[in-house]
Amino acid sequence: MAHKVALFVTCLVDLFRPTVGFATIKLLEDAGCDVVVPPAQTCCGQPAYNSGDREDTIAIAQQLIKTFEPYDYVVAPSGSCAAMIKKHYPGLFTDDEAWQARAQALSDKTFELVSFLSDVLKVENIDAKLDKNVTYHDSCSGLRELGISAQPRKLLASVEGLSLSEMKDSDVCCGFGGTFCVKYSDISNAIVSKKTDNIANSGADMLLAGDLGCLMNMAGKLKRQGSNIEVRHVAEVLADMTDGPAIAEAKK
Amino acid sequence: MTQIITTSNFKSNARTALDDKNLQKALTHVERGFIGKRRSAMDALPEFDQLRDNARDIKNHTLENLDLYLEAYEEKVTKSGGKVHWAADAEEARNQILKICRDVGAKTVTKGKSMIAEEIGINDFLEENKIEPIETDLGEYIIQLRGETPSHIIAPAVHVLKEQVEEDFRRVHTHLPEARNLEEPESLLDEARKVLREKFLNADVGITGANFLIAETGTSVIVTNEGNGDLTQILPKVHIVLASIEKITPTLEDVSQILRVLARSATGQDMSVYTTFSTGPRREGDPDGPEEYHVILLDNGRSNMIGSEFQDMLRCIRCGSCMNHCPVYHAVGGHAYGWVYPGPMGAVLTPSLMGIKDGGQLPNASTFCGRCEAVCPMRIPLPKMMRSWREREFEKHLNPSLQRWGLKAWAYFAKRPKLYHLAMSFAIPVLSKIGWKKGRIKSLPFAGGWTKYRDLPAPESRTFQQQWAQREALKQEAK
Amino acid sequence: MMSSRDAILGKIRSVTAAGGDDSKRHEAVEDRLLNHPSGTIPARAQLKPKAQIELFCQQAEAVQTSVGHVKSYASVPKAVADYLREHNLPAEFRMGMDERLNDLSWDKAGALEVKSGPSDGNDLIGVSHAFGGIAETGTLLMLSGEDNPTTVNFLPETHIVVLKAGDIVGDYEALWSEVRTKFGAGEMPRTVNWVTGPSRSGDIQQTMLLGAHGPRSLHIIVVDG
Repeated sequence: MAHKVALFVTCLVDLFRPTVGFATIKLLEDAGCDVVVPPAQTCCGQPAYNSGDREDTIAIAQQLIKTFEPYDYVVAPSGSCAAMIKKHYPGLFTDDEAWQARAQALSDKTFELVSFLSDVLKVENIDAKLDKNVTYHDSCSGLRELGISAQPRKLLASVEGLSLSEMKDSDVCCGFGGTFCVKYSDISNAIVSKKTDNIANSGADMLLAGDLGCLMNMAGKLKRQGSNIEVRHVAEVLADMTDGPAIAEAKK
Repeated sequence: MTQIITTSNFKSNARTALDDKNLQKALTHVERGFIGKRRSAMDALPEFDQLRDNARDIKNHTLENLDLYLEAYEEKVTKSGGKVHWAADAEEARNQILKICRDVGAKTVTKGKSMIAEEIGINDFLEENKIEPIETDLGEYIIQLRGETPSHIIAPAVHVLKEQVEEDFRRVHTHLPEARNLEEPESLLDEARKVLREKFLNADVGITGANFLIAETGTSVIVTNEGNGDLTQILPKVHIVLASIEKITPTLEDVSQILRVLARSATGQDMSVYTTFSTGPRREGDPDGPEEYHVILLDNGRSNMIGSEFQDMLRCIRCGSCMNHCPVYHAVGGHAYGWVYPGPMGAVLTPSLMGIKDGGQLPNASTFCGRCEAVCPMRIPLPKMMRSWREREFEKHLNPSLQRWGLKAWAYFAKRPKLYHLAMSFAIPVLSKIGWKKGRIKSLPFAGGWTKYRDLPAPESRTFQQQWAQREALKQEAK
Repeated sequence: MMSSRDAILGKIRSVTAAGGDDSKRHEAVEDRLLNHPSGTIPARAQLKPKAQIELFCQQAEAVQTSVGHVKSYASVPKAVADYLREHNLPAEFRMGMDERLNDLSWDKAGALEVKSGPSDGNDLIGVSHAFGGIAETGTLLMLSGEDNPTTVNFLPETHIVVLKAGDIVGDYEALWSEVRTKFGAGEMPRTVNWVTGPSRSGDIQQTMLLGAHGPRSLHIIVVDG
């Protein structure tokens, strides 16, 4: 029987880049999953969690747990949102055994999209085409909390026509950091400027990553600098859904 | 060089640092000089991660029994003829040091590199009391000449360019011929060696820090590459070890485990050049070594961390790896942090020692990229502890009220999915229209933090949830 | 008023001893101090003695130490004289009272002048005998005392260290057990120096340069016999 997979679309994809949501659904369905989108979802709670607001974080987490616990798997097209559920939710309930057990159960079945395809569904090849030279940025949470590094590169390698040019320091933060990029905009700008230099020096004509927050930050900076490099979520390429405008580009 | 604490001005310090061209140039040496070397050293030792686990476990065990190990250590020091002075705070430590210096009529004091000495501001205090402190670590010497504080815990002068060192040497070493060539780092090092050699030989008291204090033997351990710490402690009549209580480590074997991860994490060396184990004063028949051996055991807020969510921070061995890998440190350098401890370890330790009211900016100035925790040889969960500080700040209502209200308003909606989706189904299409022409937005009220430096990618059109709901509805109709 | 010692220890104990019965903690601490468990020993240096000596030399050379070999102690003076001549250094040096060195016929190896005792900072060259060598990182272990004064390790520009091949071990732990055999459990000489290469500093623009405050060059003479 097909896995019943609940899509946690994440707030940024919901609001800014629905294409990533549809691409995720396509990838999961192509891999034989039965995908459901629970309507009662908003955000994983990271903005509150990382601002020290534990009370609201817990309330948001409880709501998300309730919404998603009926399914076999929960998949999000974001390393940081998946890591929030997988790595941080159980720790929110150290004083509440019942909720901790529920948080742990959800943690066990929650995955970031690309690692889910690769590690759980054992997808080896992707049916997609893209005549582009791309470079891949490793978003921090996905890389360091979930160990996502080889999986996207492996799947991208099976995309017909695609070549990958690694940038220098692909594993270094882009300076987004959630609310950090507005609270410390000067520092964030210095960090993202180094990143866009590395992106430009890679010679690639497209930048990919697995987290929309980082992508919006890097795309916003590249466009402010007048760069022609296209920016997309890795799911768009894997799902062969690159006809629409790239992030921060107008419809043609 | 009076030490002024500017931690609460982190944001404006950072702005100044970002505009400082010399500093920005110097900071590229941090990324170039440390990261690749650490990686190669680590890759060459298959047991590295196992040693990190061991190092963590050793320190955890020590902290759980810190009182007992401190007592065992003191007993051993006393037995070897040394003396332990317990200092509850910086002032007590300063006075203990002054008394030891005065008892031997000291005029000059040489110093090995010690972050604790910076923490208690010993140099200013000695100068006020007519005793000349001389920094002997090359980096520390340079910044002493410049009237600055260290900007890195193992590379104190990492913010200084060689041209600036040349200027300082010419300004201070006026007894040397003007025509000398000081263009290359080699000649600068040579000159510092000559100048400082005299100081070493004439000093009355030598103060060093300690990387470890060994309970088994009553031994203090210092690790250096230059040998300055050794000349500081073997030549003067009196050796003062200035160390904080968490430096205690049970045995010689335990220290050896941790030493295997220390230099590799710090400079990428397998082992630093000099690792020196000192036990008590000169023995009968010893032809050299100090006649007196004192240990100042400083608490200064650390015992409050035992049992708290910040206890893990006491495992820190000051290798500097966290700041070497920190994108924020790379951007602003160490001085922006405003006190002794910069980078991620400073972002956790500084509020622990000076309080969250003044130190609160530091744990906020992190993207939580997690690279510090990934490289920490002692496996200290630095981001987690920075978050704990943010929680304390939030509980005490210390963060800016606008931020707080913004967050609360957002959380109000995030907790109510129906209301949230309704609100977004109005707001997002509007935002999408604003950016319709270019696909991005150059400026927007209330989003200045974002749009000052980058465009805001415009939402594609309607929200995913709106589109999905519509699709599902159409599917239902079709059935 | 409570002393700072009691205040600090009391505050720590209010957490560490909060569990009530404290005897388990005392036992654990006493046990560790008495038995000093070894932890993880890198496989790198767990070799046969001959291979260990080779690894030691290789590791020492990797940190800019030069290494020479002689068959017996009798050849040490000539090796020292040769090294000094090859490096255009004067034929005089500072040395402690170590019998293994003092008993050698220095005068026969050219006009070598030996100054005895600790260094006062006016010696260009120092000669010492190491207590042992650690193959894992090419590290020398030096003990303070009349035989090999610590000042000789640091003040001269050139430091020549004689090391018996049989005193080379794989790891630090192996030498600690020999230090314990010599001085007794829990006892240490005033100073133990681990020396891994000549002095250096990276403090100017993070470029490593040799010869900061200690010796600019370090030469090891391994006595193979």
